[in-house]
Amino acid sequence: MNSTASPRIPAAAPLDDSGGGLRPAVLGSALFVVFCGLLYPAVATLLGGLLFPHQAGGSLIERDGRIVGSSLVAQPFADARYFQPRPSAANFDPKALSGSNLASSNPALRERMARDSAAVAAREGVPAKAIPAELISASGSGIDPHLSPQGAQVQVARVAQARGLPTEAVAALVRSHTQRRTLGVLGEPRVNVLALNLALDAQGARP
Amino acid sequence: MAEVILILGLAVVLAWPLGHYLARVLKGETSRADVVFAPVESMIYGLLRVDPQRGMSWRGYALAFLLSNAVLGVFAWLVFMLQHQLPLNPDGIPGMRWDLALHTAISFLTNTNQQHYSGQAQLSYLSQMVGIVSLQVLTPMMGLGIAAAMLRGLFGGRNAATAKEGEARDLGNYWVDVTRLTLRVFLPLALLVALALTMQGVPSTFAGAKTAQPIDASTGMSEQVIPLGPVAAMVATKQLGTNGGGWYGPNSAVPLENPTPLANAIEIIAIVVIPLAVVFMLGPFTGRRRLTALVFGVMATLSLVSLGAALYSEQQPNAATAELAAPGPNLEGKEVRFGATASSLWAAVTTQTANGSVNAMHDSLNPLAGTVALVNMLINSIWGGIGCGLVGHLVFLLLSIFIAGLMTGRTPEVFGRKLETGEVRLLSFLVVLQSLTILGFSALALALPDVAGTSNPGLHGIAQVFYEYTSAYANNGSGFEGLGDATYWWNLSTSATLLLGRYPCLIVPLMVAGSLARKRQAPHTAGSLDIESATFGATMIAVIVLITVLSYLPALVLGTVGEQLMLAAP
Repeated sequence: MNSTASPRIPAAAPLDDSGGGLRPAVLGSALFVVFCGLLYPAVATLLGGLLFPHQAGGSLIERDGRIVGSSLVAQPFADARYFQPRPSAANFDPKALSGSNLASSNPALRERMARDSAAVAAREGVPAKAIPAELISASGSGIDPHLSPQGAQVQVARVAQARGLPTEAVAALVRSHTQRRTLGVLGEPRVNVLALNLALDAQGARP
Repeated sequence: MAEVILILGLAVVLAWPLGHYLARVLKGETSRADVVFAPVESMIYGLLRVDPQRGMSWRGYALAFLLSNAVLGVFAWLVFMLQHQLPLNPDGIPGMRWDLALHTAISFLTNTNQQHYSGQAQLSYLSQMVGIVSLQVLTPMMGLGIAAAMLRGLFGGRNAATAKEGEARDLGNYWVDVTRLTLRVFLPLALLVALALTMQGVPSTFAGAKTAQPIDASTGMSEQVIPLGPVAAMVATKQLGTNGGGWYGPNSAVPLENPTPLANAIEIIAIVVIPLAVVFMLGPFTGRRRLTALVFGVMATLSLVSLGAALYSEQQPNAATAELAAPGPNLEGKEVRFGATASSLWAAVTTQTANGSVNAMHDSLNPLAGTVALVNMLINSIWGGIGCGLVGHLVFLLLSIFIAGLMTGRTPEVFGRKLETGEVRLLSFLVVLQSLTILGFSALALALPDVAGTSNPGLHGIAQVFYEYTSAYANNGSGFEGLGDATYWWNLSTSATLLLGRYPCLIVPLMVAGSLARKRQAPHTAGSLDIESATFGATMIAVIVLITVLSYLPALVLGTVGEQLMLAAP
């Protein structure tokens, strides 16, 4: 359609039966890619960074000028003086993020859980039936930063002993780091493992 | 339970006004927002040389849709292959192999977002933006445009009052629909959601990955690289547009993509709010409020039944934990901050709406919840994808009218227009196409040596293959992700499935609407079938269950249903 040459037909213009051809397809796509793929993400990202700089930057935690982690990324702990996070199918590597994707019918899942259950039972000195299931269940992301209060509670005695602290002091720290359900209904109560361990270290460093 | 009721209740409350707003936008009504949008829209129409007053026939509408899709698809394919030579790639990510790039382009073009890659390691920021986000915004709005055009056709087209019998009908202007929906509905909503998610902790930066030094050196991990990016903008569009393809591999299970229970609630509401609004749009758009009641009633019934089963399933322990831990809900593949309830709620709505994002790994769901996800995707119109869900639902409505007509011995009529052999033949083609594609490819993948790539043994392995094709055809995108799917076989066979699940399923119903539209409208009499009634709603549910579930019963039994039975009685 040549808009300069053809007179504009009022009201009863004939129906478009060809979809307008290639021009709107090409130009329309290009224009909308600019709107939706460049303009929108640029505005949303810059505005987000301006309003919430800490969150926009990945909720990083710094100690003495260096980044020690993010409150949204679990990191591995092996030392008995630390609380341990949930099992990770991705070895806590945020570039390799993954769940185990093992089906409940898969013997490999049963074998892994049996190994983990025995290890946790030996580490914490509790019977298998007292282990919260999350401690032998791999998280969905591979970097779940949280434990349930029960998942932390079962580790308190061991951590307190390794640090030579009274059990009650460690238990109190767990309680003060426990986040409740949002608005009383959303999600589950939880403890951020990295924040808890950093708090433990800070306590130990106190004169 | 309180959490489920709060989230779904809020979604309905928000969707109601949004549905009325959608109707006004699609009818082209003027509003106060014209001050902002009208000048941009006229600039776009001018550049495209589109006359916004001029309508399109069903054929014109379909061609405009297909041509713009072809252009966008080729563009995205090239961007993914050449991303290493393009800007905005701070982490130096290499280009994608041609078949993976092709699958990714088709997957996002079809509003599916099935992913055979991990975004944080395999897509540059530019690819995520112009490739992924553009398509996540545009494809749901295109689907909604098609649904609006089909509705216009069912009521005789916009020129119903003046056109003669047999004359082509005006189903609307594709470019006007897509432009208005994108600018006036989607982008403002996405901006709002993106900011809310950033506040909760979703990264929003153009800076590259950050390296942390973990505090316990005894683990042997000396540094931890944390990938960031303009994540929030993308998560907002993937949730709102029934897209589902995440920034990070495990999607919204990742704390960086879904940091808090509040973020989780926002993301679940974002999954369902537009699909719900499309149902609430029906009344004001067509002038028949009881049509909204019918569609909402049928969808909500199916939705609640499947949600109940998913919630029950995940409260049960994972069978593998027996005797190894305290009894409790299944937490394998789930995150502590969400727990089993918010995870199964998500699993149910993401498969009901053709979204396909996940906040827990579906491979590790108890088999009953896995079955629920599969059945939701096979039906694919309990809410369904934006636009395409309603189109699929209208196909079931037309088939139910036909079947009810046969049962009562009346000529089947849709809003006064006769449903005849030609239309029914086209509709049946869609039913057959779904079974042929999903079952045919599943059988092939399982029969050919070394292509299936299943990671779980036995019945669950069969279910992994069946799930992948079902998800592709439903344009859902979730997966039993243990499947080794980054291969030529999977990339190419699911590409074909994705295309078959999108284009015939949108174009054929549009064709049927175009054909119905030009027929003479008979007046409604006492003898006419009253489709906006509870009786007809129940008939529709029966037809939906019979057509979808029965066709796939053997495949389901060989997969998750059999797995559930074996776990119950080992």
